[in-house]
Amino acid sequence: MAQTALAVDSPEHGTAAPRRVRRLAGRLGADGRAWLLLLPSLVFLCLFTYWPIVQVLLQALTIETFGSQATSLGLGNFDRLFADAAFTGALLNNLVYAVGTIAPSIALALALAVGLQEATRFNALLRTVVFFPVLLPLVAAAALFLFVFLPGIGLLDYYLATLGAGQTNWLGDPDLALWSLVGLTVWKNAGYYMLFFLAGLQAIPLDLYEAARIEGAGAWRRFTRITLPLLGPSLAFVLVIALVNVITQVDHVVVLTEGGPSGATDLLLFYIYQTAHESYDYGKAAAATVVSVAILLALSLVSLRTLERGVHYEAS
Amino acid sequence: MAAPRPLMRAGGARFDSGRLLAIALLAGVALVWSTPLLWMLVASLRPQNFGGLDMASLWPDFTPTLANFAEALESADFARLYLNTILVCAGILAVQLATITLAGYAFARLSFRGREVVFYGFLLQLMLVPPILIVPNLTTITRLGLYDSLLGVMAPYFASAFGVFLMRQTFRTIPRDFEEAAVVDGASWWQLIWRVLVPLARPGMVAFAIVSVVSHWNEFLWPLMVVSSLDNQTLTVGLASFTMGAESASQWGVIAAGTCLVAAPLLLAFGLFQRQFVNSFLFSGVK
Repeated sequence: MAQTALAVDSPEHGTAAPRRVRRLAGRLGADGRAWLLLLPSLVFLCLFTYWPIVQVLLQALTIETFGSQATSLGLGNFDRLFADAAFTGALLNNLVYAVGTIAPSIALALALAVGLQEATRFNALLRTVVFFPVLLPLVAAAALFLFVFLPGIGLLDYYLATLGAGQTNWLGDPDLALWSLVGLTVWKNAGYYMLFFLAGLQAIPLDLYEAARIEGAGAWRRFTRITLPLLGPSLAFVLVIALVNVITQVDHVVVLTEGGPSGATDLLLFYIYQTAHESYDYGKAAAATVVSVAILLALSLVSLRTLERGVHYEAS
Repeated sequence: MAAPRPLMRAGGARFDSGRLLAIALLAGVALVWSTPLLWMLVASLRPQNFGGLDMASLWPDFTPTLANFAEALESADFARLYLNTILVCAGILAVQLATITLAGYAFARLSFRGREVVFYGFLLQLMLVPPILIVPNLTTITRLGLYDSLLGVMAPYFASAFGVFLMRQTFRTIPRDFEEAAVVDGASWWQLIWRVLVPLARPGMVAFAIVSVVSHWNEFLWPLMVVSSLDNQTLTVGLASFTMGAESASQWGVIAAGTCLVAAPLLLAFGLFQRQFVNSFLFSGVK
């Protein structure tokens, strides 16, 4: 196939191979050629990943005195950031949102994967239904949930009323709004995580279950003693993705609540967006970016091995 | 690359009460899960004079009409939005395929000083994804003169650590014999990549392409920041502003129709190529 298309001319076929290989490697030097191939990626990584980190650090440490050109270096932006109740609120909200979203999404995804792993037509249909929200843009999901959460006549209240529940202000009640967003996020992401658990379940040898059954282990025991430990890598992998998701996805906040009511749904990235894009306070936005970069870097250090293993494992 | 295994496992059907309860629970979850999308379909086809209080009804007891779609199409320039989104997705993908193929080849086949360090440098982008760096990236884009342009929307995504890993893994599964034979035939290193490895790596590239297109079709916050004129808006940005307008007028049917228009291409593609999509997403893990 491919190599026949390549057979341009090979006058000294066979005997010339070592020399040609040497010439191929030698023209640039092995190192030079590798760096040349990495160059296009490195240019964009430098422009949009490495340089931004340096730049945001500098920007965060630069204090501009209002009305003058003079700037000085210092931690003033960080002082202002941590003195801003909106920021500490957003940090706290993001923590609640992370725990509130990740735990139920993963539990549900795991339950669905275990429940739907057998290859029946019925299961395939249910898996598709649960997976559909994954493909929906978060903005589109949020547009739909505007109506789902509509007090009184929206989907949620309309059907809860048949169970006798009263009207609820899902997005307007400061105690409830963040949990409404949690609900939307679980709906959106559970199907995605389910996919990884389905793949992980595949790798567990069936005879383990057979042996456990012969020894008289019940379904719950088989789940906690075999399924759960052997799904460890998938679980760690999904946890990392889920953590990145709760920090980097705030489209629904923009569409549904804009951080309100009274800051109840303000998340870290939305805070950064608003500070930069609406208040034009770039120093503070940079300081907040540094904080979230630090959080993600700490997460990376903990999960580098997991990530690498996950990538290998998914692609092998 | 190993052939994708079906995500299923054959098993004997044994019906007892515990099993029935499990099935009922699963079906219940699926029912709840499907209601927002079902409602989207029903509401988008519902006549606009339909009683407002029963707007949430999922029962299609009416003659379907396209009035909501007509109004949605009128209130936003969907042709322009589709075109921009397609341009953004295609542009990002085209550049990505070039950068990830070259770098993936270097990591898979060449040994060079500093490989480990650069490799971890690439890994960093899996966590420090562009959305978190919107503030400094906006400055860079503005300095490059790309503010309010589609190229500005695309540029931060031209390098993809995930894609590089995917290509590295894919190249590693290809036996070296092919390359050795090509070298014997006098192929240069770029002919090796272009004529031998790329055709054999097609499954990995398709998987990457699906994940890339889906994530950029759905992207919102970055285009919202970079684009200021109507002419450069993408579908998600258009949908958001359109939704805010229609919400204040309580035009839920029009919102449903607009959402349908934005989501339909990917949902249809998924319906047609379900297995390919699922396998791609399994590859994806990290976008």
